[in-house]
Amino acid sequence: MPHPTHPPQTLFDKIWERHVVCQPPGQPSLLYVDLHLIHEVTSPQAFAGLRAAGRRLRRPDKTFATMDHDVPTDPRPFAILDQEAAAQLAALAENCREHGVRLYDLESPEQGIVHVIAPEQGLSQPGMVIVCGDSHTSTHGAVGALAFGIGTSEVEHVFATQCLWQRRPRTLRLVVEGELGAGATAKDLILHVIGRIGTAGATGHVIEYAGSTIRALSMEERMTVCNMSIEAGARAGMVAPDEVTIEYLRGRPFAPQGEALEQAAAGWRGLASDPGASFDRELRFEAGEIAPQVTWGTSPGMVAPISGAVPDPAAMADAGERQAAARALAYMDLKPGTPMREIAVDRVFIGSCTNARLEDLERAAAVVRGRRVAAGVRAMVVPGSVPVLRAAEARGLDRIFREAGFEWRQPGCSMCLGMNPDILRPGERCASTSNRNFEGRQGAGGRTHLVSPAMAAAAAVAGHFTDIREWI
Amino acid sequence: MKPFTVLTGRVLPLDRAHVDTDQIIPKQFLLTTGRAGLGRGLFYAWRQDPGFVLNQPQYQGASILVAGENFGCGSSREHAPWALLDYGIRCVIAPSFGDIFYNNCCQNGLLPVRVAEPTLRPLFQAEELTVDLPGQQVRGAGAAIGFEMDPFRKQCLVEGLDDIALTLRHEAEILAYEVRP
Ligand code: SF4
Repeated sequence: MPHPTHPPQTLFDKIWERHVVCQPPGQPSLLYVDLHLIHEVTSPQAFAGLRAAGRRLRRPDKTFATMDHDVPTDPRPFAILDQEAAAQLAALAENCREHGVRLYDLESPEQGIVHVIAPEQGLSQPGMVIVCGDSHTSTHGAVGALAFGIGTSEVEHVFATQCLWQRRPRTLRLVVEGELGAGATAKDLILHVIGRIGTAGATGHVIEYAGSTIRALSMEERMTVCNMSIEAGARAGMVAPDEVTIEYLRGRPFAPQGEALEQAAAGWRGLASDPGASFDRELRFEAGEIAPQVTWGTSPGMVAPISGAVPDPAAMADAGERQAAARALAYMDLKPGTPMREIAVDRVFIGSCTNARLEDLERAAAVVRGRRVAAGVRAMVVPGSVPVLRAAEARGLDRIFREAGFEWRQPGCSMCLGMNPDILRPGERCASTSNRNFEGRQGAGGRTHLVSPAMAAAAAVAGHFTDIREWI
Repeated sequence: MKPFTVLTGRVLPLDRAHVDTDQIIPKQFLLTTGRAGLGRGLFYAWRQDPGFVLNQPQYQGASILVAGENFGCGSSREHAPWALLDYGIRCVIAPSFGDIFYNNCCQNGLLPVRVAEPTLRPLFQAEELTVDLPGQQVRGAGAAIGFEMDPFRKQCLVEGLDDIALTLRHEAEILAYEVRP
């Protein structure tokens, strides 16, 4: 209930207000951080800075580490052949030991991609402020938290103070109403939104996703949506906690248990935006209009429905857009007017913090079951965490994928960013369930098309993009 | 952090929009535990093209990068400002920036300046510019262009303040927050 003398507040307002440690005049707010997640790539310089200044890590109990970006996805145990990657992973282990930080290393049954494991372990909870030296920290907003990516200097700042200086961002309510059509998933929803508003469409804003479509999404689907908030330029994305959230958290290792959960849940329900709360901006979308999506360019906003075609830059009104599209098509080696479904793929990657949770793998397996990967296509599935891998294996998904000719690999970021042995070769074209199709993201010269897990699975079987709606 | 006051320097024009941090410093240079030497990885893929601006003699020694909208979008890697600084860039002028990149620049004494189109256009052609942070002005190319800057960030940049030391002055408030029920 809104307090009678308080104006109605948004979910964001409520979380923000509860975390302001102090607000010196003319300065940003000093915001308290409840959960700090770290990984091997963006933390070593922060630990070094801490050490050089003779400072201690203030709250190791609120700091959790995993190994994900550099990790090879071969069967474990393995020796890491890349000397630099091995050194970076060893540095993380050493730093965590020295500062008393819990680390999910390669022997841990909880290891996985940072944005998969923290919700999975119940670490990410409604009402929290969560940060990580990684832009896809927005994922955790799905549980009703304020979660955003930070740089390494800020990681060091949180190490030393458990706080961050922040100017209050603007708020954007993104309402999606109605039922998603057959074959359209949370991934298609967020790609569609980014295609409409652009990759800088929400810069400076925190997005609250609302509306009947969002309410009907599972927690894992909400994570997919919030994950790609950063691809729309947003600081963070969030969804108000509801019964879906509470049921998701029930029984997770770090979530409150038993009576404590019921008590916490009562508070979480109160976090939802009050009726009449005002946002700086509001956008509305109809779920029924969203078709399965495929990106054609080198930015997530360069996206088309599967029934569409590669656009013609010459037909674009804006000069900057025209130039960017022409560059993108040259890099992607695509001709204007080519139907999306005629684009053939060499590789298929089902993985990443966007789409490597159990439901994602189930959707892909449902497409693959009883079929074969097309000749000449190399396809791989990389579960987001060891618990996802185990759960998938318990359901026999690994067998379905293997029998179809997919590689079933060990958890990590894998080919999402190519900081480990899983990379595209120059010129290779990949259907990928990850979040970035930037030039060279999956390997120098590699060409990435972002799609949902079901669309990736269908492309693996067909050897080219194909309309998943005709498969179901 | 090195203070930033007034900088006069050569311009490096990069007239491209949505330059992401994967382009500024590709993944293979992130396998490091230090911050030094990243300049060699700056725009690594684009640099393979001999015609790319970084390879043209007239832009050698540039310290002011002028770029298109949404510069530094994408990944949070602070290696991006580290690489720019290591190469010699002290200021980036663009219509808009990725949020995290903008923060990361300020944390490292690399000044991000927002100048909207079409005011920005002539700056791509400028040989040399002067960026005056205390006066909040870009001068050169026959113009003097004012820019906005958060007063707190400005103070930190001008004085080269260490954020953490500043925050630790609020230790009592942090402690009080931590014991709040
Ligand atoms: S899976 Fe990709 S986007 Fe996600 S944390 Fe790893 S590298 Fe980043």
